[in-house]
This record gives sequence, structure tokens and C-alpha cells, in this order.
Amino acid sequence: MIRLSLFAFAAVASVGLYSAAAAPVAYQLPEETAAYKPGPNLDVVKNNCSACHSADYVNTQPRGPKFKKDFWQAEVTKMIKVYGAPIDDADIPKIVDYLTATY
Amino acid sequence: MPLRTIAALSPVATGLDNKSSGGSAMIDRREMMKRAGMAALATGFGSANAFALDGGVTLPFDNGERSLVKVPQKRPMIGLTSRPPQLETPFAVFNDGAITPNNAFFVRYHLADVPLNIDPDKFALEIKGKVDSPLKLSLKDIRKFPAIELVAVNQCSGNSRGFSNPRVAGGQLGNGAMGNARWRGVPLKTVLDKAGVQAGAKQVTFNGMDGPVSDKTPDFVKALEIDHARDGEVMLAYGMNGEDLPVLNGFPLRLIVPGYYGTYWVKHLNEITVIDSVFDGFWMKSAYRIPDTPNNSIEPGTAPKATIPINRFTVRSFITNLADGAKVKPGTTALKGIAFDGGKGIKEVAVSTDGGKTWTPAKLGKDLGKYSFREWTLPVKLAAGAYALKVRATNYAGDTQPMDPLWNPAGYLRNVVETVNVTAA
Repeated sequence: MIRLSLFAFAAVASVGLYSAAAAPVAYQLPEETAAYKPGPNLDVVKNNCSACHSADYVNTQPRGPKFKKDFWQAEVTKMIKVYGAPIDDADIPKIVDYLTATY
Repeated sequence: MPLRTIAALSPVATGLDNKSSGGSAMIDRREMMKRAGMAALATGFGSANAFALDGGVTLPFDNGERSLVKVPQKRPMIGLTSRPPQLETPFAVFNDGAITPNNAFFVRYHLADVPLNIDPDKFALEIKGKVDSPLKLSLKDIRKFPAIELVAVNQCSGNSRGFSNPRVAGGQLGNGAMGNARWRGVPLKTVLDKAGVQAGAKQVTFNGMDGPVSDKTPDFVKALEIDHARDGEVMLAYGMNGEDLPVLNGFPLRLIVPGYYGTYWVKHLNEITVIDSVFDGFWMKSAYRIPDTPNNSIEPGTAPKATIPINRFTVRSFITNLADGAKVKPGTTALKGIAFDGGKGIKEVAVSTDGGKTWTPAKLGKDLGKYSFREWTLPVKLAAGAYALKVRATNYAGDTQPMDPLWNPAGYLRNVVETVNVTAA
């Protein structure tokens, strides 16, 4: 972690004030660490959801009785209908079941 | 020219061209899976933990546990999501001054194809559509126009969504998806005038270099009315607090829409199109909508009959020097905080130490402009006991903050009078 911080601060310094002669920037995001919780059909979830977003998009959603099957069904439908997620029909109930049982 | 690498430890594969240099807009699915796989691998072995730092914060709502994360150009930030990246400013930062440092400014992306390799010399901004002379401007061209500076708050539409009651889906943010900066750039009007807006123009659309992973996902494009776009205040910013924009805040150019929610502040802006219709893209027509009611709220848990695009900030104010649950010594306590609104300017900030029965005006700090955070201070006398400290701002239009929270289905516009519970002992 210390090494990470020093490297990052050095990079900031090199960006510096307004750069008159601008150099190309290559920004590198750190590795992802968020992971889906263990549960049924986890592989199906990983295969369908990981292309577009990290697991924390799911992990941080509200919990409780109002955030069960209907909520997750609506979220999966939104991913397909609105965001064009290419999810096979057969996978939809598996994903919804996983999310309902696990979160 | 050497390549500047802004790197974290153990970088993931990048290999992305930015769109302005002719690269593909899409990351291919295999690449995304590779990255996802690497992430899973790292987690699986429980070793390389580059995104999350040790420790974290707990936002004061259920499931509010968050990691503190470190990414290049940023100090440790509250991590909401890692891909696409969303980072919230730790609230204590707002007590340090009216200007939010670049390395603490919040980050919000919608789509995971974030431009990571950007060559400012190859960057070009296109102005096209219903204009007499379509333009393609380099960053140098843009910097040659007379520059203006403006201090303005940027606030995510979903700031404070985690406090919605009943809770709603979406990014579960505390109060840290806001920030105030001195932006430097050129008025959008200058560039539109140079291109020559044609009669019949109705709106202007804005697209940035960031985009979706799948070509089935709607690209993030926003629109403003033509008169708004030409008001002389909406600007193209290349500078933020005296420096280049941080990469994750839209380097090398972003739209600044003073007083309006961050959804309009398109990052990595490289495409402006003047149109003679009302833009019907997903991010205007379906997303970022608020109820078309007098205060844009509805009965909690219900659905609105009609909606309009989200627009100006509601009035907000915060106590920044005492956290909820703080203990102070009996006697005089100096309270300090910030207030802001959608551009009328803050006229008054008042504080209550008795749960809202009586209010005392605070002293306002330096006026940095009607779009800026306005600092305030007030010494209050607190005998031994428990207090619910409340703060309420009013702007020059007479708009103020409700004592009870308003509700809408997306959790936008939160501006309830904030309460900080403290004990003098």
C-alpha cells in the first residue's frame, strides 16, 4: 500500500500545473477487489454481469423485505431492456434466484 | 513526447485507444472478461488488494459499509464501485475550505469504457449539426479563446440517495458526491458563435470519450436547451483549481453547467451537436427524470404521473465541523459549515440548537460567486446536555429547505434540513 501511494503521488506531481506542452496520459485503474457473495448459480451471474460492471454494483444495493425477488427481477430486466445486456432467457431466473437468495 | 503513466500498483491490462484518436469506442467483451477474470483471481487468492485500502467508513444507513480506496491522482476516497469507477468524497474534506481539492473531488461514471489513454495533442472537439461552419478544435485552439473562470459546485443527482426513505435502487451515496471548484475554460457560447448556430436550433447535445462496453448500451449523451447553452455561463473547462482536470474528472475537457446537477457536466467532452428537435436519447428521455410536481416530489413509494429532466440544485446546507454523535465541552462551540443552491445565491444560513423551534442567523463567509459553496460560522452556547443541531439555508429567490425529507423514485434532489446530534458533557 505504501508503494502504491508513493507511486500515485509521484504521478500527480508529474501532471503538475497547466501543461503547455501536453504529454499523452496513460491512466491505470487499480485491480478490482469487489466479489459476489457465494450462492447458487454464481457462475451464471459472473458470466452475465461482469462484462459491464463490478460486483459492488450489486453488493451496495439496499437490503430488506422490499428488496427481494421483485426488486432483483426488475433490475435484471432493466439490464436487458435498457442497457442491452445479452442474457439468455434460461439464465434470467437463475440470476434472479441468486440475487434474491444471496442479497 | 514521453508517455506520462498515471499508474497504480499491479495495473490491469489497458490497451484502449481513446475515441478522438480514431480508436474503437468499444472494449471488446473478451477484454472485459479478461479484466473481470483478473479481478476474480486477485480476490480468489486474497492477496493483491490494490483498490481497497485497509479500513473503511460506514455511511449512516443500512448496508453503508464502504472501503477507502486509492486510485492515481486521488487521496483515499470512499469507494462506491470500482468498474466503472465511482468515488465519494470523505465528508471531513468539506470542513477544510470552500474549494474542494482536485484529489478529493468525487468521481462518477455510468459506463465502463473509460478513456484511460488520452493524448491531449490529438484530442479534438467537434461542433456539428445545425451550424454554418462545423468545427474541429484542438485543445490548443480552445485555449486560444479568451479564458473565463467560475467557481461552481458540481453535485451528483444521486448525492445522498442512501438516505432515501423508503430506499431506492441506484448508487447508494452518502453526502460526499459533491464538490466546489474554480473552473477555467471558455464559454460554450464563444464556440457556438464561432460555428454559427442556425435558425431553428432547439437543443445542443454533448458526448464524451467515455462509452459503453456493449454497442447495445445507450451511450452517455446529454442535452441542453439552445438558450441555456448560449447563456455565457455554461463553459468548456480544461482547468480545475489551477491545474489540468484529473483524468477521472474529465481530462482534458468537460462541460460545466453552473447550478445544474452533475449529469449534465459531460466529461472527456469531444462532440457537441446542435439539433432542431428535442433530444430523445435514453439519458435524457428515460433516465435522470424527476416528478413534474410543484416541488418535484411525490408520496413516498408511489409513481409519478409525469416527469421532466432533472435540472437545478435544490438549496442545501451542512454543518461540517461536528459529526453526528460528537461530544463537545459545555460552553461556547464554534459551528462551521457550507451552503449552496442552484444559482440564485445564498442569502441566509440559520442554525437551531433546539431541534428547529428557534433559529439564529449565521455569519456568512467570503462570497466566491452565486454557484459556489458559501461558508458560514456561528458560535453557539451549549450547556451540558444533548442537542439536535439543525442548519437551514435560504437563497435570494426565497427558496429554502424542508424540515421533513421530500421523496422521488430515483432518490434525487435531497435537501432536507440536516441534523447533527451532539452531546455537551
